[in-house]
Amino acid sequence: MARDEAVRDLVDKLELPFNSLGVDPYGVSKKHLTIFFRMLGFLYNRYFRVKAVGLENVPNRGRAMLVGNHSGGYAIDGAMVLTSMLLEKNPPRLAQGMVEKFMNQLAVSSIWMARTGQLTGLPEHAERLLLDDRLLMVFPEGAKGTAKLFKERHSLVDFGTGFVRLALKTKTPIVPFGFAGGGEAVPTVMNSRTLGKLLGVPYVPITPYGVAAPLPVKMAVHYGKPMVFEGTGGEEDSVIKGYVDQVKTQIAALIESAAADRSGNEAKS
Amino acid sequence: MKVLVVGVGGALARKVAIRLREGGHSVIGLDRRPWWDAPRDMQVHEVDIRKRAAEDVFRRERPDCVVHMATVNALSAAGEERARINMGGTRAVFDHSVAYGVKHVVFVGRHTYYGASADSPLYHTENEPPQGIGSFPELADLVAADLYAANMLWREQKLNTTVLRLVYTLGPSRTGTLASFLRGKVVPMVFGFDPLFQFLDEDDAATSIVAAVEKRPRGIFNVAGPPPVPLGTIARVTGRTVVPVPEPVLQQLLGRFGFPNLPKGALEHIKFPIVVDASAFKTATGFTHATSEVETLARYKRISPV
Repeated sequence: MARDEAVRDLVDKLELPFNSLGVDPYGVSKKHLTIFFRMLGFLYNRYFRVKAVGLENVPNRGRAMLVGNHSGGYAIDGAMVLTSMLLEKNPPRLAQGMVEKFMNQLAVSSIWMARTGQLTGLPEHAERLLLDDRLLMVFPEGAKGTAKLFKERHSLVDFGTGFVRLALKTKTPIVPFGFAGGGEAVPTVMNSRTLGKLLGVPYVPITPYGVAAPLPVKMAVHYGKPMVFEGTGGEEDSVIKGYVDQVKTQIAALIESAAADRSGNEAKS
Repeated sequence: MKVLVVGVGGALARKVAIRLREGGHSVIGLDRRPWWDAPRDMQVHEVDIRKRAAEDVFRRERPDCVVHMATVNALSAAGEERARINMGGTRAVFDHSVAYGVKHVVFVGRHTYYGASADSPLYHTENEPPQGIGSFPELADLVAADLYAANMLWREQKLNTTVLRLVYTLGPSRTGTLASFLRGKVVPMVFGFDPLFQFLDEDDAATSIVAAVEKRPRGIFNVAGPPPVPLGTIARVTGRTVVPVPEPVLQQLLGRFGFPNLPKGALEHIKFPIVVDASAFKTATGFTHATSEVETLARYKRISPV
């Protein structure tokens, strides 16, 4: 459970270069962060009762890349990882995700993504944020990861390789994490691309009870030891693929421990 | 140094001309618009850059440096005429400069070249291609003028060319894209969007152009000062009221009920940010801004109350 400190104070403790209007050079706004994390804080503490393990593996300062799995119809996992970094880490950190382009194209979502530092997933953004010593959150499975069905919830689909090249180029430690519970919260039986087209999103997950509102299930996220690879980022694909597989193996192990942790919790409660 | 400022009738260009003169340069102005209260000892030629008389100014005066600020940026200007001025004028500046031994041309362009869209990165570098024309074909003439000026870097090796891509300016002249947006008490915005806007105080913008004239960096440079600010915050801090209007409604309003008649692509510019990385210019010239974003906005609120 997160410490009981006002979200406003935690946002104030963020070590980001805010100007006197409360906005940082990427457009991250203290006002929006406070509202955003109050809302997510409720989901984190009360609704999903997220358990975060291994937070000490995330560096307190300096560039780092959180790399993990998607585990449910849409990016609840990402939102909970962001929340764990703000509510549970001391000093709090703002993790910045690389989000799907449509999130920044949609009205309202565009403002909230921009003001909370969740930029469109572009290599330029990722590199610049890391060079600015920020904490980046990456889901190498991409949208294919959130489209996993219930029965595939603990599996991993193909990983992109860009994140490893970037980590090598910018000498960034990779902190792997495994997330469990998203698949239970949004038990997707199928994805409707037709409905998605109507709403301007890639797809809409369909659950046995129809709508994709998340169920109040427990979630767990386990952070692993930072992984540092030596190189320049200009290596051949086969070399990079080897590093990607190492990260993937770590994440698979962390998903297992997170899933076990979750079911253990459920048995107790 | 003898400097010819083309387009000296514009508010920012006048400021540049006066600054250069104060800096000990001999300054000549050229514009088809008059400049009634120009300093007495400054020659100002009231002539269109595309006319023969303009060439004669180059021929007689033989400037060392030409600052080209005669591009039309206003989106409300009619497309074809605007394109003729921007393309024809830029070509004339370079043709005359090459013919009459000018050593250095500073082309003052805009950062809108990079275009605004959900997938364009924050902090564009000079290496990026012009994305703007895809969603906003009306920008094509400005982009073409920029690329034409940049061509000179390899076509005319003897000529030193500086291409500047300047962010929006805000200041006492109360002109420019951002200022026109803040003209009224009520600022309409696209509902659900609030892009970052990057701006320079007018004085700092003039300082940056003077720095380009004096330091003579060769190449293409983004010019910016303080970090960007969300448009809604800009409007509120300068005392305006923001009214979010759904995009389809706003599109219908354009050109009616006192709303400016803007092309549809212009709405992209109030939905998505255009933010540039200006570190190369800072390294090349040592330029730093004197007025922060907060001071610029506070000052604008004082000088342009609603």
